[in-house]
Amino acid sequence: MNVGNKLLKVDIRKKLKEFDLEVDFELKNGCLGILGPSGCGKSMTLKSIAGIVNPDEGVISLSIDGETVYFDSSKKINLKPQKRNVGYLFQNYALFPNMTVEENVAAGLSKNQDKKIVSDMIKRFHLEGLEKRYPRQLSGGQQQRVALARILAYSPDVILFDEPFSAMDTYLKEQLRIELVNLLKNFDGFSILVTHDRNEAFQFCDELIIMDDGKIIAKGGTHEIFENPRKVQIARLTGCKNISKIEVIDDYHLKSLDWGVTLEVSEKISSNITHIGIRAHDFAPAEQDDVNVLDTMDSAILEMPFQWEITLPNGLWWECEKQIRVHEFVVPKYIKINPKNIILLEE
Amino acid sequence: MMDWSPIFISMKTASLSILITFFVGLVVAWGIVKIKNDTIKIVLDGIFTLPIVLPPTVVGFFLLYIFGVRGPIGKFFIDFFTVKIAFSWSATVIAAVVMSFPLMYRSARGAFEQIDSNLLDAGRTLGMSEWKIFWKILFANALPGIISGGILAYARGLGEFGATAMLAGNIAGQTRTLPMAVYSEVAAGNMGDAFNYVIVIVIISFIAIFIMDYVSIRKEKQWR
Repeated sequence: MNVGNKLLKVDIRKKLKEFDLEVDFELKNGCLGILGPSGCGKSMTLKSIAGIVNPDEGVISLSIDGETVYFDSSKKINLKPQKRNVGYLFQNYALFPNMTVEENVAAGLSKNQDKKIVSDMIKRFHLEGLEKRYPRQLSGGQQQRVALARILAYSPDVILFDEPFSAMDTYLKEQLRIELVNLLKNFDGFSILVTHDRNEAFQFCDELIIMDDGKIIAKGGTHEIFENPRKVQIARLTGCKNISKIEVIDDYHLKSLDWGVTLEVSEKISSNITHIGIRAHDFAPAEQDDVNVLDTMDSAILEMPFQWEITLPNGLWWECEKQIRVHEFVVPKYIKINPKNIILLEE
Repeated sequence: MMDWSPIFISMKTASLSILITFFVGLVVAWGIVKIKNDTIKIVLDGIFTLPIVLPPTVVGFFLLYIFGVRGPIGKFFIDFFTVKIAFSWSATVIAAVVMSFPLMYRSARGAFEQIDSNLLDAGRTLGMSEWKIFWKILFANALPGIISGGILAYARGLGEFGATAMLAGNIAGQTRTLPMAVYSEVAAGNMGDAFNYVIVIVIISFIAIFIMDYVSIRKEKQWR
């Protein structure tokens, strides 16, 4: 079955205290992102794939030159984590504190294969000179590199990344992102990255799943989901700052109930549309008689290093790019929103 | 002339009992950590901890009830092996094991619970066997706590008095351990001999604590 075709199939259900986890997806290649708020079941999904947690029912299988069933409740198959060949990058890296860098990298290897692979990995992840150090003596970035070296030394078919950057400061994060992008490019197995950060999901993943309360609420190409979120929750998770409930006036006009303005849209408003979203970057300075014009009187203005954040009295949020040396900004009297940049959303 | 036998009896008793306590304590601690049902966990924890909470004579009373000539286990040993447990040397070991067990069990359990469960899962996803995970990750990282538990248990076994008196009695040359000897000499008015025994106990206890601190401090320093 599926010889020569690569496929990771996950279709599982598990009852949890807060909600029922129900995840169903197939991955043909590359990196899949799972984006969702904390506690939505993302990590539980990864742990089920790795075999650390057992789902109540369903199937998890991997096809790379032949099919390996990891889990199948109807056939009573449940492969131990040791037999799955799945690498797991833990949020805190889970390096063994009692072992040196070298010993950590070699932890997943059998005795006769050690030496060569370990030294290759040490080189590849720029850990030369740190071989005899213990994890606590390393910086956060070095720790992550050791954890990645340890996983790749084991040559897994699948690598699971559980919020790999959540414990890092911004500077370190930016450095390591580049390393991880390169690593993923050269890795020909499957990878899944779980995150609550939309930027990470956007950067690393061609395909995206959005989860909330244990359910998948959207799946598809990353660009497509960001451009056309379709649902309120998805718009919020992909970083849309302005979302309002609406009242439809006619096919192309609506009234925002939260901001108290009437707006024109470019797409016909179908009956299931209940909300609209406007990305904070999409506003532009305008003349009084333009389409979709808003008065900026009494706006609050906040300076960030590279942008101005302007909050209108009705709650609308505009982010306007600026240069680092500029500290003066006169808010234009009017701003507008292009009708095609208004995102129509369902509840 | 001082009788040296209490020193040898005590050393023998404390050594054998710590061997038993150490390994059984480890296994039981790991078993308890793995139990997911809270009620069962609490009940079992209560049973295993009881000996340090109860007065030693009460523990001795229960032991006598079980291992005495009419007790279920005591009778079994007499009927099938013609071995009398109560008031023999083996009784000092049983008393020491039961009384020192909670210290070992609780220290090991605490040390195990401190270990990040991600470490164990990481080991599993890296293909390490459960046996290797237990020794190389769990045991190795819990070692400072386990050693201190072991030494405390050893010291407790060495100093056992109440339960030993109940189950093993105070037979010179057989069941008279150091604490028993101190008591006997004082009761007989020989303060000088009692003082000698006291000095021996203090020295052994001090060495035990010294080893405990030395080992755990060295381990922690190495990893930092």
